Amino acid sequence: MILHRRRLITATAGLLGTSLLTGCDRFAETDAGRRTLRLGEDANLYVQRLLMSGQTTAREFPDSMISPWFKPNGSIDPPDSAYKALAAKNFSEFRLTVDGLVETPLSLSLADLRALPSRTQITRHDCVEGWSCIGKWSGVPLAELLKKAGLKPQARYAVFHCADTLEYASADGAWLRPSEPGTVRAAHAAYVQLAAAGDWGGSPTGAADAAANDDAEAGRRPIRYYESIDLFDAFNPQTILAYDLNGKSLPVSNGAPLRLRVERQLGYKNAKYVMRVEMVSSLAGLGEGKGGYWEDRGYEWYAGI
Amino acid sequence: MTASPAIDAPDKDAPERIGRNGRRLIYRHPLVIRLTHWINAAVLLVLLMSGLQIFNAHPALYWGSVSTFDTPALAITSEESGGANRGVVYLGERKFDTTGVLGLSTSGGVEADRAFPAWATLPSGQDLATGRRWHFLFAWFLVINGAIYLLYGLFSGQLRRRLIPEGDQIRDFGGSVKEHLLLKFPEGEEAKRYNVIQKLTYCGVVLVLLPAMVLAGLAMSPGVDAAWPWLPELFGGRQSARSVHFIAAGLLVLFVVVHLVLVLVSGVANNLRGMITGWFSIGKVRPAGESAR
Repeated sequence: MILHRRRLITATAGLLGTSLLTGCDRFAETDAGRRTLRLGEDANLYVQRLLMSGQTTAREFPDSMISPWFKPNGSIDPPDSAYKALAAKNFSEFRLTVDGLVETPLSLSLADLRALPSRTQITRHDCVEGWSCIGKWSGVPLAELLKKAGLKPQARYAVFHCADTLEYASADGAWLRPSEPGTVRAAHAAYVQLAAAGDWGGSPTGAADAAANDDAEAGRRPIRYYESIDLFDAFNPQTILAYDLNGKSLPVSNGAPLRLRVERQLGYKNAKYVMRVEMVSSLAGLGEGKGGYWEDRGYEWYAGI
Repeated sequence: MTASPAIDAPDKDAPERIGRNGRRLIYRHPLVIRLTHWINAAVLLVLLMSGLQIFNAHPALYWGSVSTFDTPALAITSEESGGANRGVVYLGERKFDTTGVLGLSTSGGVEADRAFPAWATLPSGQDLATGRRWHFLFAWFLVINGAIYLLYGLFSGQLRRRLIPEGDQIRDFGGSVKEHLLLKFPEGEEAKRYNVIQKLTYCGVVLVLLPAMVLAGLAMSPGVDAAWPWLPELFGGRQSARSVHFIAAGLLVLFVVVHLVLVLVSGVANNLRGMITGWFSIGKVRPAGESAR
């Protein structure tokens, strides 16, 4: 009796579980489903901002806790010829652009950046995948650059345009990818078409012209990494554009010559290969409008959790 | 819920009526308890499955603040062995072949390298972004539902009655062990309250395991860690918190399995009616004159 009953209940539970799972997956793929699931992000942003001030910093660790190997992730060797040309000359021709909604746009070499006030911090980097590493970062506080450039009153977000291409959108909407950066959902064909049709902000400095011509001839548009943070994080003392990791120049795999550190959020917010900081009033005109490469692919813009 | 607090009690004061077939029914589970119970069950299922999806993005656990990639405490992976791919689990130095379930499994006829199989994760396909969305939304539901349960439980006295063993129960702990081993549970007056093992287990799950789960989850958030630097340290570092979160999930699964087995063997229909309508049978009405024991 009990055995029969147990088998019946197991079978029912199995059937219920399977249909429930399919139902959940279907729900998550509808617009209403996506909107509903995003409510958690809104709640987390709201509550976490209540718990901290703009000046609250992440814990800093002693030298003894630095990870022997700082795991590089995402792009580790950008395929872009413009970037390769910069790297070949040890980034001596690299210039960081600060523009957008600023009073005085800036163009700074690495030497210029190193001459500005610097900050060194030993912090824990938490990847969205789940792992953590501790590294010692030195760089120029973003606040220094923004004060130097002077914000226009409409400026609300800092956008970081990066040198690394993660995929290409071709003119006919087909999708070409130079590498497998991680898990990307197949449902993004529509998005790629959108990206191919629309204007993709963020092309790096003039050195990219030759490469841009190559891409134009091949009928493809490079989709480069980008990220954004709001002023709450932009003016945090730990938010720096780092040029050193563990006392040495940043290696290419970790984002040379310059990467963002925004210590209260997950790894993917910490954009590598930063070429340009653009101040904007809205994220709508960039990429698919979600504020970052991974955000356009379903990840949270607020990555504090 | 319209009744006075005393009427809600699952103890000696619980309202009682005679059901069909001459069984004594007590009003064991008030509405708030029933609702929060079923919401909790559904929410935990979503959290478990989306949690396994998140785990699959980096299927290894460590102790301390950071990941010691070469020496994980636990790793679920796949590797080639004798020309064939095998799913393997490393627990420290020990290695287990788990092909078909962990590390390597088949979904829709396609072999996939994934720690937990498609049928156990939400979404079923590999999709960390959506898994995180489910997890963080339902984590709020867990906390809100849990807060309602705890507040109601505290003010109605339900929490004390349900979770805290009474003196005579502690003294007769051995008797309760025997009941469980024989799967023979009391009827009548004694069935009006939870037994001592039941109370201690619920106490552990409600007051220790679930709060630890929530805290360990929060300790993985870089934002919360910046606001509360003591929180990851409570667990010995962020990666320790992640391991504790995983182990606590395993213990919750174990609890649910044992809970379901005991629901089945101690009268599944009666237990289900109890948690759906509130009314729970404590056995047949005794003929007049028969003693209580």
